[in-house]
Formats: sequence, structure tokens, C-alpha cells
Amino acid sequence: MVRKTAERIYLGVIFLFLYLPILVLIVLSFNDSKSRVVWGGFTLKWYQRLFQSSVILEAFSTTIFITLASALLATVLGTLAALGIHAMKAKKQAVMLGATNIPLLNADIVTGLSMMLLFVRFTKLGMSTVLIAHITFNIPYVILNVLPRLRQCSQNAYEAALDLGATPFYAFYKILWPQIRPGVFSGALMAMTMSLDDFSVTYFTKGAGINTLSTMIYTEMRKGIIPEMYALSTILFFLALVLLLIMNFGSARKEKLAKEQI
Amino acid sequence: MGKFKRQFLAGPYLVWIIGFILLPVLMILYYALTNSGGNFTLANVLAIGAPIHRKALFLSLKLAFLCTAICLVLSYPLAMVLNNLRNKYQNLIVFIFILPMWMNFMLRILAWKMLLSNNGVINTVLGFFGIPSLDILNTPTAVVFCMVYDFLPFMILPIYNSMARIGRDVIEAAKDLGAGNPAVFFKIILPLTLSGVVSGIIMVFVPALTSFAISDLLGGGKVLLIGNVIEQAFMQEYNWNLGSGLSIVLMIFVIASMALMSAHDKEGGGAGVW
Repeated sequence: MVRKTAERIYLGVIFLFLYLPILVLIVLSFNDSKSRVVWGGFTLKWYQRLFQSSVILEAFSTTIFITLASALLATVLGTLAALGIHAMKAKKQAVMLGATNIPLLNADIVTGLSMMLLFVRFTKLGMSTVLIAHITFNIPYVILNVLPRLRQCSQNAYEAALDLGATPFYAFYKILWPQIRPGVFSGALMAMTMSLDDFSVTYFTKGAGINTLSTMIYTEMRKGIIPEMYALSTILFFLALVLLLIMNFGSARKEKLAKEQI
Repeated sequence: MGKFKRQFLAGPYLVWIIGFILLPVLMILYYALTNSGGNFTLANVLAIGAPIHRKALFLSLKLAFLCTAICLVLSYPLAMVLNNLRNKYQNLIVFIFILPMWMNFMLRILAWKMLLSNNGVINTVLGFFGIPSLDILNTPTAVVFCMVYDFLPFMILPIYNSMARIGRDVIEAAKDLGAGNPAVFFKIILPLTLSGVVSGIIMVFVPALTSFAISDLLGGGKVLLIGNVIEQAFMQEYNWNLGSGLSIVLMIFVIASMALMSAHDKEGGGAGVW
């Protein structure tokens, strides 16, 4: 009994540590005073200003574009790559996977800087360089999610289909695809998460005038904290909550995801 | 034939590897090993020995160790408690503990900056109880606080996952055979969660060692980590050679710490976070 109480208290303390800062942000986003400690009444004006600020809205749309585009392209390239790597001999596989590990192991700041050095030599920094950089650090997550699935697939069924006259594409679609699909989806999901949360790589590979939410908040925060940021935090927190709830507790995918997490 | 053709599917990725993974690495090596005139030199790498750079590196290592240790001490018992819940709310509760990870990294820094500021919530609450205010904004303490807050879920998840994988029957078998709680912990739970602990340590230590945004925003320019030195060399002094040289040194430390950790990890679960 004592142990159970102690466990509950411990959970509670960590819970407070994780959520108090977020709670304070949410409360302040409705506060009609610029002060951080005085409650000046309920207001929605920070939200109104948020939706009137072109800087914030632009950063928001850039973030969505970069996240979706880089995750999509990384998923296509990464899935193709995993299929190719799977067919390779051990030695070639080791080389490809070794190279795949570089962006995973490299510190973000070094990945960002080394890509910047390359980009400024051959082109100008802009939206496309950010996109390329994001695709580069996203592909490994897709490969690492798809390759284990491919290794679990039995080759016999695929080859039998080919022997029975199926085209390689048809055999892939009917036999391999259903087996690797969960891996492709979780890879895409991880790619989106990484892309959405990235700061360092974007910071070094973006040109002037282009901002994702992370770099925009960074620039704003260096000038000082404006209450619109509290409103933005609140919206993003609930967005993350809803998205995670849909993904985690969406009925059909629930078991699959649970299995993958273990 | 079929196998040979299928290899070509990796073709676009191979081009990508050469263009956007290997070439950037070569570029940074080139800049690190040359001076502004393009001649070979080791000065940029050896510049880590300069007092200001050495101090930044030591401070980074110190804060990263501290942050990793705090995260480990907080996460391991938490993972055990979460794993022992075993009721219908377990998934929901685990979900609650990883949700903050999904909020933007910058906004989590913003939250702490606001809480810790002189006229912020924490100092107001302390002042209300007559406790002298905490002046920790712009100190290394604030930076470690925020690092722990930012990176804690990266430690919780791998440890929890490795713990959830241990079969109940293994523990029950041990108990049937007469093992007490300490024996079960040291002989079964600890060894079987070691790979999770190792992934957790890497996932926390490396970003803590290399981050520059947290120290920049919460250190008020007074906490200079190695990441800040590199960022300033590139973005303010435009000394790309020096910045590249220091980046190489940083990479050596990152690789060394990973090699050290994975030497203890037979499963090699570096990416086993999910």
C-alpha cells in the first residue's frame, strides 16, 4: 500500500514537471494583460493577432509544406531503397546501411553545417535546400522501418507468384506491399515527426526570408517573448494531442502500433 | 535476374547518398583541414586547445553528463512504475508521458524561459511564500533544467519499451525458484533493460552535447557551449574553416561516446526508440 502511494506520488511529480509549463502557457494565452503573473481577465485577442500576423502564418504554412513534402519524398525514396538494399549481397548492404547511418549518428548541427557548405558552393539557400536537407535526414528513418519488415517477408510466396506468371509489379503489390505497409507508414510518421521538430538543420540550410515555425520562434524569442507565442503554443499543443489521439487510438491501427512500439 | 534488377531500385538513393550525405561530409572535412587560402593546415582542428574553446567543450561535456544522469535517475523508476501499472489506463498514461515530446522543441524552451524569468511565475510563487527569488535564468542551471525537460521523453521511451518486453512469466519463474525482489531486479530486470538504457543515454547525451539553441536562449549569451562557439564561427565571424575544424572535434566526441556506449550493448539498439 505504501509502495503504491509512493508510485502514484512519483508519477504525479513527473507529470507536473512535464505539464505545468504547458499549462502556464495555455493560461497566459487567454490573459488580457501582458504581465506573466497578473490575471487581467479573459481575452482572445492574442489569437486574433496570431491569425493576423503574416510572419507566423507564413512560417506555419512553410512548416506544413516542408513536413509533408519531405516525408512523402523520403518515404518513396526510402521504400525503393529498402527494396533495393534487401536484394543486395551482404557486403553491398553493409556499405549502403553504413552510409544510411551517417545522418542518424551525426549531430544535427554538423549535418546542417555540412549541407550548408555544399549548398552555398553550388546554389543559393532557399526553400529547396531546406527540403533537400529534410529529405536527407528523413530517409534513414524510413529505411530502418521498412527493411526489418522486408526481412520478415517470406521470399517463397513472391517467387511463386512470379513463377505463376505475375509481373514483378503485380507480385509486389499483392504480396510484398501488404506485408511492408505498416513499416512504410510508421517510417513516414517518424519522418514527419523529425521534420516537424527540426531546428538546427533548418536553421543552417534556410535562406534569408524563409522560416519554419522553429526558426521563426527562435528569431522572435531572441527579441523577447510576445504573448502571441502563448497562443501559438496552445494551438500546437492541442493539434499534437488530437493527431496523436487519432493515431494511437484509431481502432484499426491501434494494435499494429502497439506491436511496433514493443 | 530478378534480384539483380531489384537492386536498381536503390539507385536514386545511391545518388542521394553520394550527393547529399558523402559530399557534405567531404566539404566539411575540406574546410576543416584548409586555411582561408586553401592550403592544408591542422590549425582549425587544433584550435580546440585554445582556452575559450576548451572551456566551452568542458562545459558542454559537464552539462551533457549532468543532464543525462538526471534524465536516467528520473526515467528508470518512472518506467518501472509505468510498467507495473498493468491496468486498462496503462496505454493512456504512457501516452500522456510522451505527448510533450510532440510539442515543438522551441516552444518547450519558450515555456521555461517564461517560467524562469525574474518576473516569471516561479519567482512570483516563491516571493509569495517569502522565499528569496531564484536567479537562475542566464546560468548553466537554467540550461540543464531545460535540457532535462526537452530530452526526458527520449530516455523514458526506450527504457519503458525494453521493460515492457520482459515477459511476466520470466519474473514469475524467478520468484517461484526463490528469488527475492532485489535478486529479480539485479539478475533479470536490470540486465534485460540495459539496451534500453544505452539507447536512452545516447539519445539524450548527443543532443545535450551538441545543442546550441537552449544555451543561446536561456543562457543570455553567458553560457557558451561548444555548439554556440561553432554556430558563432559560422554565422557571425564567417570563419568557416575554424567552424568546420571545431565541428570535426565535436563529431569525434559524439562518435566516441556512441562507441563507448554501444560496446556495452549487444543488441545494438541505437534506433530502438519506437
